[in-house]
Amino acid sequence: MNYLEHVGKYFLMLKQVFKKPQRARVFREALFKEIEELGHKSLGIIVFISFFIGGVIALQTALNITSPFIPKYLIGFATKRSVILEFAPTFCSIILAGKVGSYITSSIGTMRVTEQIDALEVMGINSLNYLVLPKIIATVFFYPFLIVLSMFLGIFGGWVAGITSGMFSHLDFIEGVQLDFNPFLVEYAIIKTLVFAFLIATVPSYHGYYVKGGSLEVGKASTQSVVWTIVIIVIANYLLTQMLLT
Amino acid sequence: MIEVKNLHKGFNGVEILKGINTSFHPGKTSLIIGQSGSGKTVFLKSLIGLHTPEKGTIAFDGKINTEFTTEEKRQWRQEIGMVFQGSALFDSQTVEENVMFPLKMFTKQPEDEMLDRVNFVLQRVNLENSNSKFPAELSGGMQKRVAIARAIVMNPKYLFCDEPNSGLDPQTAIVIDNLIQEITDEYQITTVINTHDMNSVMEIGEKIVFLKNGKKAWEGSNKEIFKTDNEAVVNFVYSSNLFKKVREAYLQEK
Repeated sequence: MNYLEHVGKYFLMLKQVFKKPQRARVFREALFKEIEELGHKSLGIIVFISFFIGGVIALQTALNITSPFIPKYLIGFATKRSVILEFAPTFCSIILAGKVGSYITSSIGTMRVTEQIDALEVMGINSLNYLVLPKIIATVFFYPFLIVLSMFLGIFGGWVAGITSGMFSHLDFIEGVQLDFNPFLVEYAIIKTLVFAFLIATVPSYHGYYVKGGSLEVGKASTQSVVWTIVIIVIANYLLTQMLLT
Repeated sequence: MIEVKNLHKGFNGVEILKGINTSFHPGKTSLIIGQSGSGKTVFLKSLIGLHTPEKGTIAFDGKINTEFTTEEKRQWRQEIGMVFQGSALFDSQTVEENVMFPLKMFTKQPEDEMLDRVNFVLQRVNLENSNSKFPAELSGGMQKRVAIARAIVMNPKYLFCDEPNSGLDPQTAIVIDNLIQEITDEYQITTVINTHDMNSVMEIGEKIVFLKNGKKAWEGSNKEIFKTDNEAVVNFVYSSNLFKKVREAYLQEK
């Protein structure tokens, strides 16, 4: 199957996904389950990584500012910009693509090879709608909160790194963070997150839903889905940056 | 009643089913048997609508399934119960949730009524006190019984089973066979079983359809299969010495 066929099949899948759920009560239950699995359970890794990467960004910026003519508040400014523009939305989405993407592909893929999806179809249930739509809604609604949290923690991590290392002062860092604050950059980051969240839910679902074979193929599909999700996120990141910031 | 007329189905240019004609009746346990690759699974999946026939028709109580309106198709789906080879229970749901799932999806019953129905069918398959267990905590035989409970919870008119005995010890296999036959008889369901198990053929095969190379090679009951001289059936069913001796003993007795 060539790439174009995959693209076509992916959009045909989306057509089935975006149909009215057959039972609101069952859909609600599935949605809360997915918010727990895909969102809440990703909180720990995002908190941990954001805090430390924010610290590293601040320290590396400080280490590279050797000229006395460059003001120290640039450390806070650079940390804020890096975290808001790229680290929180893109880097965290790539981490989530790895963590959540492999989970989605393996769970749907296992359902496929153990005939659970056939069981849904025999019952007359639109399996794509039942399995994928709650995942899309859970990620699209929950990930912006995760990313905003990541922004705060990244900047906070930078501040803590400065205070504990003594490489820059509290006042310099805060001045840099407050300097030239542009709310559109946060909007840009949220827009990117919404697109990435959609990709994180749908691309691995596609790989899992159409897997053929046994557990080995499910494993291979999980790896492939993570790679493809990351590739598509990186391309989408470039296109969105071109469209929104230039 | 299910009537199959001149059913053809293939994949990628290879014809798997080559014009099957047969019928399955209410209150009777019908078995589809045949060697691996003879088209049994494709036939069963065509019956349950997972495969669309290329030629021919499958009629349920006189209505051809490919001509159903959306509403008729929805209704028909709810009249079908299916027991998959590997049980196909939803891993993330408990026994109770698995059995309740079709009720939640297709009825507007209050929770306590649904629970009563779930407990009733679980009792029917002799599986009480397992409501809160997950499929992974159950034995193969118990999983099959949960699958049967899920299949009958909506009071289906048609029950399809894909190798319900595979992977089970002989004793449990007989329990599952008897359970399917009892349920078929009790609720007058049209039951179609796809099997390799010769014990099932002898015990519950009220109607047996033997497939060879995608064609119906023989049709009859478990009484008639002892007497048949159809070479393909004899070679397949009586391939083991044990069954050869059973057949000889049966024929001598007669």
